[in-house]
Amino acid sequence: MVTSNLISFLAEGKATYTDGGAAAEYTWLIVVLPFIAALLITFVGKYLPLKGAEIALATIGFIFAFSSYLLYLNVTEGVASEFFVNVGSIGSFDLEFGWVVDGLSIMMYFVVGTVASLVFIYATNYMKGEIRYTFFFTSLTLFAGSMLVLVSSPTLLQLLIGWELVGVCSYLLIGHYWENKDNSSAAMKAFITNKIADIGLMIGIIVLALSTGTMRISEILYQSTHDYESLKSVAYLAGVLLFIGAMGKSAQFPLHVWLPDAMAGPTPVSALMHAATMVTAGVYLLARMFPFYEGMANQALDVVLLFGVITLFAAGLIAIVQDDLKKVLAYSTVSQLGYMVAAIGSGAYTAALFHLWTHAFFKALLFLGAGSVIHAVHTNSMKEMGGLRKEMPRTYITFILGTIALAGLPPLAGFFSKDEILASLSHGGYSAYFSIAVAGAFITAFYMTRAVVLTFFGEYRGNGHPHESDSMMTTPLIILAGFAIAAGWVNIPGVYTGFTDWVTTRKTPIVEYHPESFDYFALGSGLLAGLTGIVLAYYVYQILGRPEEGDQKIKVEPIWNLLENKYYLDDFYFKFIVNPTKSTLANLIDRFNTNILDRTVNMFGVAASYLGNIVYEKFDQGGIDKALNISSASTEALGARVKLLQTGKAQQYIMYFLSGVIVISLLILLVL
Amino acid sequence: MEIVTNNFGFLENGLGITLVVFFPLVSALIVALLPKKQELLIKLTALGSSLVTFILSVIVALQFDYTKAEQFQLGNKLSWIEAINSNYEIGIDGISLPLLLLSTFITVLAIIYSFEHLPEPKSPKGMMALILILETGMNGTFVALDLILFFVFFELVLLPMYFMIGIWGDRTMRTVSGLKNEVETRLYASIKFFVFTLFGSAFMLLGFLGLYFRGAKTFSIPELIELGTSGAFTGTFATLVFAVLFLGFAVKVPMWPLHTWLPDAHTAAPTVGSVLLAAILLKLGSYGFVRIALPILPEQAKAWAPAIAILAAIGIIYGSLACLAQTDLKRLIAFSSVGHMGFVMLGISSLTAIGINAAMIGMVAHGVITGLLFFLSGSMAHTYHTRDMGRLGGNMKLLPKTGALLAFTAMASLGLPGLAGFWGEFMALLGAYNPLPGLNVTIFRTSMVAGAIGTVLTAGYLLWMLQRVNLGEPNEEWKDKELHDADAYELAAWIPLVILTILIGVFPKLIFGSTNDAVISLVTKAFGG
Repeated sequence: MVTSNLISFLAEGKATYTDGGAAAEYTWLIVVLPFIAALLITFVGKYLPLKGAEIALATIGFIFAFSSYLLYLNVTEGVASEFFVNVGSIGSFDLEFGWVVDGLSIMMYFVVGTVASLVFIYATNYMKGEIRYTFFFTSLTLFAGSMLVLVSSPTLLQLLIGWELVGVCSYLLIGHYWENKDNSSAAMKAFITNKIADIGLMIGIIVLALSTGTMRISEILYQSTHDYESLKSVAYLAGVLLFIGAMGKSAQFPLHVWLPDAMAGPTPVSALMHAATMVTAGVYLLARMFPFYEGMANQALDVVLLFGVITLFAAGLIAIVQDDLKKVLAYSTVSQLGYMVAAIGSGAYTAALFHLWTHAFFKALLFLGAGSVIHAVHTNSMKEMGGLRKEMPRTYITFILGTIALAGLPPLAGFFSKDEILASLSHGGYSAYFSIAVAGAFITAFYMTRAVVLTFFGEYRGNGHPHESDSMMTTPLIILAGFAIAAGWVNIPGVYTGFTDWVTTRKTPIVEYHPESFDYFALGSGLLAGLTGIVLAYYVYQILGRPEEGDQKIKVEPIWNLLENKYYLDDFYFKFIVNPTKSTLANLIDRFNTNILDRTVNMFGVAASYLGNIVYEKFDQGGIDKALNISSASTEALGARVKLLQTGKAQQYIMYFLSGVIVISLLILLVL
Repeated sequence: MEIVTNNFGFLENGLGITLVVFFPLVSALIVALLPKKQELLIKLTALGSSLVTFILSVIVALQFDYTKAEQFQLGNKLSWIEAINSNYEIGIDGISLPLLLLSTFITVLAIIYSFEHLPEPKSPKGMMALILILETGMNGTFVALDLILFFVFFELVLLPMYFMIGIWGDRTMRTVSGLKNEVETRLYASIKFFVFTLFGSAFMLLGFLGLYFRGAKTFSIPELIELGTSGAFTGTFATLVFAVLFLGFAVKVPMWPLHTWLPDAHTAAPTVGSVLLAAILLKLGSYGFVRIALPILPEQAKAWAPAIAILAAIGIIYGSLACLAQTDLKRLIAFSSVGHMGFVMLGISSLTAIGINAAMIGMVAHGVITGLLFFLSGSMAHTYHTRDMGRLGGNMKLLPKTGALLAFTAMASLGLPGLAGFWGEFMALLGAYNPLPGLNVTIFRTSMVAGAIGTVLTAGYLLWMLQRVNLGEPNEEWKDKELHDADAYELAAWIPLVILTILIGVFPKLIFGSTNDAVISLVTKAFGG
């Protein structure tokens, strides 16, 4: 039942790749296992000592170990293979699931395995005593499985399935505290916004599938690089449509509005799904389809680039005005996703994935750090934080490391990945976009420094006495901090570019520019922007006066208002799309249904029964009537006191009506 | 077309299918003869009979030769009404088989559920007998290969359902637009249902007669398909015949704007009534299109296809928008059927193998998922004594099992990939993107986009429903009430549907494996595509 198309594979890829052997063949295990685990947790979880968390931990531990081994194989030999399982045919189409084991997917497995393991460990403690603890781990495990369905997909069909499944898990977890309506509304908003974007993805997949005759991604990519005419004619359209899908999941402007609201979910969820893994699905999709974009849909890449740049800038600005620590990080995530998308748009495949890789670690670190703080002070608002560096040293130091990594200072991870994006924008000749991206680097450094100062510096402004979290929570922080420091060292131009080799190990060759050495202009601009941002924010919030008064010093009312209202996008959507649909249009339809369609039907009924009455009284007193009365009586006996429409003779009117219809119609037939 | 008979002991020569069709009817008679007081005996007889029928249908499915799924199998042709050359001609192919199984399967669950959950006036005897009679009608429709036989079964379905709604239905009074006096909900709904469908099927019969007189004086569907695909029916005559067939089937589906009986019937019907109505009865219409209208009148189907696509697209959007306006839980689910069956019809209208396969899996999925939704909403209406979503809320807290199942089923209903509902929706859109060559591509692609927008609206109203019904803190009025969560009978009726939803979702070959060859052959024969 399982087929692998290894032979065609080796013909196309580099000769040094192997098929990964048994490890690749059994990769389906890590995809299927979480679903079995989720079932187990649901049914036996609450009887276990850790309330089901142990099953989740064991599962994710296995995924981590397995993906580490795959990564090792990929680093040492290079792995690329894919497997298909037929689950049905429809017309001449084969519906196939399967799994891909190549550089790109292995990198994603590893990110999911690593971050999820740490988040799971963290969550066992963070969620202790919370409502629906067991179900929380069911959903998390389900998410891990769904994400692996998505990134392991060799067909667009399975990709779509994974895509929507992670959406559902996101819905479940954002709405974890559904007693509060705000949370369930946030969950709904996430789901619906993504569903809107998914129109693009769905139609894009349909267009691609029907113009190539296959749902296999590798075959579509083959056709893209071999000048197939039928695909070429729809490539731009399909490229844009797929990107619309990516805009939803990867929160690109103007469809990013769900992600900040998604912070209603517990913080481990934000770290895992809404920072490190799920939101990168859009970037992953673009990367997976990259040879298609490069080969045939180059114009679509211009669109991708444009939206990426808008997003990285617009979302970064909003992050500056947030009081909620998690929302700062949420807008920061949107902005960083903008960087990744912009990188893909500029044709820099590796740079985008490299930033995805580093960002996954340091943003998960920042979220978990924020969670540790929130756990201690019981609020998200930075107004009630401050001075926590003394009480929470481990959280503080790791958070600082995450901040530096995000702000892009060497030698931490974000420095290398952001630099590579800036370099490729510069190399591509996009000088305007390059300037905006550099400005974005400044903004990033600024809002992160602001957040650090407001949270950890100055005096404590909240209630109670915050304490450092225990080791179950700080150990993941420390491990992630290690990644935040070192994750960038796998791709240093001119020194070691292993990461490039990892992610370009795949069936269809990746054609892109690889910098041989640092682009010192880009590097200098980015570094300068980051440093300026840090220094300026530190000056405003720490040196000039008390941290909480910093906002007042830089506030320019109209702009600040615009940002606080998130460019009025939410208001616009609700006023012009959601409410008109949900209330006005829906009620209009309902009233039309009752007052027009139904009334017409009822009028026919009334008219027919009057007609029936007349016929009955004038012409019919005999035989037929008796027969009908019997049936009528039997109906009444059965309990339905037939008093339809004043006459009480439903059957009669039906019979008259029908015989009329039949007679007229027979006449028509005879005439013909 | 030749009917293949497999030699399998006592089931040969159509005996197997005949038993699947008539065993329930015989059992209904037995149930009717049992004393009314012997409730347990009545229930067990009904359950046993439906189980036997189901097992028989499974044996039939196992006997079925899937490599020849395009042929009518396991059937027979016996002389019936010689005067008009109407025969007892039966058989199944890959298209009817899944629907037949769905029908026997859902009936078992309906009977299990009815063990303990009959509304006033209880009377298990009456209800069980009606369910079994209904099953004969449903099964018969799916195996009939003679138009008169088809018509008889098609109509046989009406009466039991009419009585179910009329007797066990909602007894509250309601206002009806256009009438001064209030009427009893169940009365209005049952009569509306009856008249509407009868109206449609009267036309349908007329179409059948037309085919008989213009064709070779035969009612045999296989023979008429041969005639039709070789171009025997043309011109105004064929257009008119297709028009009347369309009316007959479209009322049953129901397609916009002929759907107005459906929300009333569902809202008023007792739980099992709604379940059977949604799960099987609606499929009789769409099945009629695939079995009769398309292959016998292919040229007319081509001419009508764009109109059907437009109506289907309107149905999708209209149904979902109407759902957003509902405050009554069952009425919302009823309107959702208008949207979902819109996808089925959109698939059929594309006249492609992909689209019609999508319609087939869409029918089964809708039967399973919406059937379950009606089970759940009916049970909740019974527990809370209200269907008003404004008063519900916090159901997850009050009835956790029912709530969890409702959440699952709502997810399935909104077409979540990995569950059964996904295939019908997505594949219908896939079919509509490239309809049969010669059809107006613009119309179909516009309909496809409308359908895609419909998926968003569908997600919208279902999630909103969940938010209002399932989530949040429970309403004050339920605080001190003792509310009973799903009992063993309910779970026994529901869990199989949950499992089926997942199975079909993960492995659609369960359906496509049966339908695909039959559909390809149908499309090739009728449309050469």
